[in-house]
Amino acid sequence: MLVAKNITKRFSGVTALDNICMELYPGKVNAIIGENGAGKSTLMKIFSGVHTQYEGEIILNEKPVHFSSTKDAEASGIAIIHQELNLVPYLSITENIFLGSELVNRWGILDKKKMQEKTKQLLKRLNLDIDPDTKISSLKVGQQQLIEIAKAFHVDAAIIIMDEPTSAISDKEVENLFSIITELKTQGKTIAYISHKLNELFQIADRFIVMRDGSTVNSGDMKNTNHDELIQMMTGRKILIQRHESTSEKSKELLQLKSICLKNAANRSDNILHNISLTLHSAEIIGIYGLMGAGRTELMETIFGLHPKLSSGEIKINDKPIRLKSPSDAINAGIVLVPEDRKLQGLSISQSVRPNISITILKQLEHWGTMLNKKKEMELSKQYIQQLAIKTSSTETIVKNLSGGNQQKIVLAKWLAKKPKVLLLDEPTRGIDVNAKSEIYKLIKQLAAEGMGIIVVSSELPEILALSDRVLVMCEGELTADIPANKATEAGILKYAIHKN
Amino acid sequence: MPAITATYKNQLSRFQSLVALIVLCIVLSILTDKFFTADNGLNVLRQTAVNICIATGMTLIVLTAGIDLSVGSVLALCGAIAAGLLKNGIKIPSADLFVGFTILGVVLAGILIGALLGFFNGFVITKFKVPPFVATLAMLTIARGFTMLYTKGQPISNLGSDFAFIGTGWWIGIPVPVWIAAVVVLFAVFITQQTKLGRYIYAIGGNETAAKFSGINITKVKITVYAMAGALAAIGGIIVTSRLDSAQPNAGTSYELDAIAAVVIGGTSLSGGKGTVWGTVMGAIIIGVLNNGLVLLNVSPFWQQVVKGGVILLAVIIDKLGEKKE
Repeated sequence: MLVAKNITKRFSGVTALDNICMELYPGKVNAIIGENGAGKSTLMKIFSGVHTQYEGEIILNEKPVHFSSTKDAEASGIAIIHQELNLVPYLSITENIFLGSELVNRWGILDKKKMQEKTKQLLKRLNLDIDPDTKISSLKVGQQQLIEIAKAFHVDAAIIIMDEPTSAISDKEVENLFSIITELKTQGKTIAYISHKLNELFQIADRFIVMRDGSTVNSGDMKNTNHDELIQMMTGRKILIQRHESTSEKSKELLQLKSICLKNAANRSDNILHNISLTLHSAEIIGIYGLMGAGRTELMETIFGLHPKLSSGEIKINDKPIRLKSPSDAINAGIVLVPEDRKLQGLSISQSVRPNISITILKQLEHWGTMLNKKKEMELSKQYIQQLAIKTSSTETIVKNLSGGNQQKIVLAKWLAKKPKVLLLDEPTRGIDVNAKSEIYKLIKQLAAEGMGIIVVSSELPEILALSDRVLVMCEGELTADIPANKATEAGILKYAIHKN
Repeated sequence: MPAITATYKNQLSRFQSLVALIVLCIVLSILTDKFFTADNGLNVLRQTAVNICIATGMTLIVLTAGIDLSVGSVLALCGAIAAGLLKNGIKIPSADLFVGFTILGVVLAGILIGALLGFFNGFVITKFKVPPFVATLAMLTIARGFTMLYTKGQPISNLGSDFAFIGTGWWIGIPVPVWIAAVVVLFAVFITQQTKLGRYIYAIGGNETAAKFSGINITKVKITVYAMAGALAAIGGIIVTSRLDSAQPNAGTSYELDAIAAVVIGGTSLSGGKGTVWGTVMGAIIIGVLNNGLVLLNVSPFWQQVVKGGVILLAVIIDKLGEKKE
């Protein structure tokens, strides 16, 4: 049995796990459920030795353990199958399974035959009829997932953690996976199973553990609960965030999307977005909620002109149709995006605050031909630092050294400098402390009051409820609900966000 | 407080290569009495001028996290074409036409060809997503091949004393190539420090994804930068051709390595986004002083190469140690 006892994990000020306790029973499928950001993945990463710094205790078979690496956890019989697969695409199945634990003969030469034999046996146990020499890159995602399971077999793991194993595989592959899980169960293995698909859990899981805001809120036998009860447990919340009061009366239509579709870059016959239509009014805040993989980010990126070749549909701004071939087209039309990952997409973190803010408005700063007016640039940066209360000791501080909240404010500043009509915000407060969060909320509301049209994408329901005039829900690339703020409830929203099948 | 120390560190790293250069000069002045003379100083600068031109272009590219291995060959081809046009002009027998070229004409033609070759590099890199290393490695071979074809493997010599002025002349007591290098450097400093294009170069090198999400036309910036580097290599080619009074088919071989060395010693990060043109100038001069000093000290040319390699390593290691402390 694997037990987590009073585990607390903090990431630079943000508490991801708050004094959590959890028991995983052998011979059972333990389903771990919760909203995005509830702390499921963080806990699993502690179990599997990815995160090594935490408070509290892990007890494995009545003995306290502390894993210093994934290798260490593996040696104790814990294997994790990540949502993002950890396979080397250009190596074969055999080479991947034996990576880091290659068998050698007594001359120190790779014993390929023996490894191949062993791999063949593993694949057979998984009902996979594939040559062990096949390269990973030529396998389907579902098959790759099974190879990860084969790796867990190979290290003879007693505890197998699966993070969203069915998110990318077909129904038939799910069936195969479930029969393997059932077999593992009869062998007495402990399975920790993370999934958003509740129906699937009723099919495969024996126990449930509901996590919320970094704690466990409830656990029990799957057969003693039901769909609605689980949703209730996932969303029930102690802290109430003040709801957004819609101040402005409906004003004119600002942005219209008509039948926006987006093809999958890897497989063009597959659509990530299906016929999305929506209208954003000026001075309106729309909140878009969806679970992982619902297509929220992709929708924002499409409106920002990042997928010109894969997307179709019509976008109008102030009733004028626009064609977006690149982000600069979107920016010129008055649409800007504060992206999901500020360090990767929003900022040049090794540069200082000033050039990060001014990057979008350099054209306006040119004087005497092509020369930049540095005095004006300095004034503008100072103005935005003051206006957004960015805590930095000077305009020349390197962005890397600022807190997440202040970094996010810089991304906001660079776009506000551009004076946009439509502001798209993708997870605007991810990884930001509570204070900075409420400051950003205030700013968003103020911008809307000034007439800007704003779309907020978030995987945090309280955030959606705190900000939105209108809540749209996405599920598997489709808009599934359009709920006015005064009718929106967490359970109501979540119902539309969860997979129907 | 942390900001102040950061700025201070920034300043220090900016002058790191200058400090190294000064120390090097002091040491050489003590070891040999021929080193610290105006004549020798100008001599070093004259010899360094070509590398400064090429390395300046290389800096712009490296700042975008790219690299250009083709500059040596581009230098040779542009020098050869300039020499060929000056000597033979263009004959079009079918139209019974002969176009002759002035010196200014061949210089401009050479620079134009260099820019076009650079443009082609940039085009291949941005449109077909070929890694810069591979694309410019291909251009290295292609341009060298065309140089051989154009010159038929023979030097094009006797270009006249007017043309030789570019590489060997003096103006207000300073060699002409040094003037040219100075103009090139000031131009590049202006671009990188004072213009939108400069900002975009740093932004792309610092974080290309963020630059794209900021609406920067990455293709345009990169192509511009590669074209500039090609043009600057061509200027180097014209200086070399003029100095030798001859376009050698194998001119500029492995010059790209000296240019990269100057960039690296000057503190520009090969992963882009960090560095200055001034740093590269310092790097180029350090290499020049080192070559010169080792000759004055009668060190064998074989040892000179070893020392040069050691200096490159040392420069990068010092940079990395500085980064870690941050």
